[in-house]
Order: sequence, then structure tokens, then C-alpha cells
Amino acid sequence: MKFGVVVFPGSNCDHDAYHVLKHVLGARVEYIWHKDTALRLFDVIVLPGGFAYGDYLRAGAVARFSPVMQEIVKFSAAGGKVIGICNGFQVLVEAGLLPGALIPNDHMRFRCQEVYLKVANNATEYTREYQAGQVLKMPIAHYSGQYYAEEDVLKRLQDQERIAFQYCDARGEVDPAANPNGSKLNIAGIFNEEKNVLGMMPHPERATEAILGSTDGLGIFKSLLGKD
Amino acid sequence: MWLAKIVVTYKRGILDPEAKTIQHALETLGYQDIAGLETGKYFEVKLKSGLKRPQAEKLVNEICDRLLSNPVIQKYTVDLEEVRQ
Repeated sequence: MKFGVVVFPGSNCDHDAYHVLKHVLGARVEYIWHKDTALRLFDVIVLPGGFAYGDYLRAGAVARFSPVMQEIVKFSAAGGKVIGICNGFQVLVEAGLLPGALIPNDHMRFRCQEVYLKVANNATEYTREYQAGQVLKMPIAHYSGQYYAEEDVLKRLQDQERIAFQYCDARGEVDPAANPNGSKLNIAGIFNEEKNVLGMMPHPERATEAILGSTDGLGIFKSLLGKD
Repeated sequence: MWLAKIVVTYKRGILDPEAKTIQHALETLGYQDIAGLETGKYFEVKLKSGLKRPQAEKLVNEICDRLLSNPVIQKYTVDLEEVRQ
């Protein structure tokens, strides 16, 4: 199992993702420069957080046309696993690999805080380490994290069990008061139809060591690695 | 040469918190007659001469659909005029 962490100009969580995979979990991982196009050696591609291309125009809008993204579209179509975290999620929706859009938070403020997430679907290769309905604690750090999609798209996400995580309170109640950004259905992360692509606004890579305040993010990477 | 003036705005029903904040600020300043406010992005794109109008229109619509707007949440208007270089 080999991971590739994409580095766009403006990525700033690429080293965090690399660190977790290599030093915390001992996995094989390499950086992928945004102009690289050789993805055949990788099993999982990580699109990290940050501000790719300065978030110019819209978050993720320019990154989607980078050479590496053209290859990632083909990679995912062939069943390759792609996880987009924060800015990486924004790139995935702009690229059309995930439905909907991420628009500025409803309160117009950058939110950097810990949130609680409910595992909405634990029957995937990204979430099998978690219990159904488990409550996770992870940080968010974003300005454009409000998930928006039309009603029919939201219904399809629910019907096809494509909601991965929802913002909730400490007891696991998916409540409007626990919604940090105005996202529809408290959505914090979603899958594509085949469930080989995951996008999420919270940062699992920042919740992988006790000293960071939570290790709840490890489950995603361990699920992918397929070991305890 | 062609000059395309493009305005990208949110579709109806998409929350535009920036617009709400500005409208609220205007009300705070004492302007009582503001009935609505929208924000958007404005682009001026120049096209090389030699294109016929239909080609220029097609090109501008394409770049709006592919990059300048996100069709999931935004709409756009184009004003295309021929200008001297």
C-alpha cells in the first residue's frame, strides 16, 4: 500500500499528512508535485489542506486544472482511492469528482477549532476502523467549508449512504447548533458513488497523536492500510 | 478585438453571507431604503482579433462554464463588444 501526497503551490498540510503516514503509521509515502503525472505506482492519493494556487477565483478552482489533477481524474475513474482533506475536498468538488460545492461559511468567519463528527457510514475502505455512529473529535480550519448541494443531490447522498461524516455535538446528536459553517445536513465529508473518493473538511491528519489532543483521525488512515 | 465584460453572481437560493453583511452595514449606516444586495465577480477578457462574433461568444461561454464560474452555485452574464486595440 503506497500513498502519494500531492503538493500544490500553496498546500500547507502536505507535511502533516506525510508525517502521519510515514512516521506515525510507518506506511510507504511519497510527495507528488502538482506537475507530475505518473500516478501508477500509488494506491491512495492524498489531496492535502492549504490554499492551492492562493485560493484565487474560488477555493480549488485553479488546482483542478493542474497536470496532476487530470491524472487523478483518470486514477479515480479506474478505482484508485483519493482522499481530499479541507482544501483537497474543495479541489475534488471543483473537479467534479464529488458533487456539490463548498462556499464561504454562513457566518463569514474563518473557523479554527475542534469539532465532533459522527461516523455516518463505517462500511467503507476509509471508515471500517470506526464503529457505526462513533463520535470523533477533530479540528477544522477553514473559511469556505459550507457544503452546498441541490435537494435532489442531498437525497441521493443519503439514499446511497454517501455521507461519511456529519458535524454533531459531544453526544453524537447531529444538531444545527453543532454545525460550524452552515453545511447542508451538517455534512462534513462525503463519498463518490463508488466510495473510492472521500472529501472532508475536518483534518484527520491533525488528530493522530495524543499530544495533538486527539487520535481520532488515525482510523481513516488505518482503515486504508487495513490493519489495527 | 473583442472585449468581454463578465459578471459572475450566486444563483438564487444560495446563501451569500458577504452580501448580507454589506446590506446590514448599510442599514447600520442609516440607509433605510436598501431592498436587496448581491455580490459578484467582474472580469474583463480581451480576445484576439480575427474571431467572428459567434466564435467569440462560444469561447467566452466556454471559459465561463469551465473556470470563471462554478455552475453548481453561480450564474453569469456576458457583455461582448468590439473595441479598438
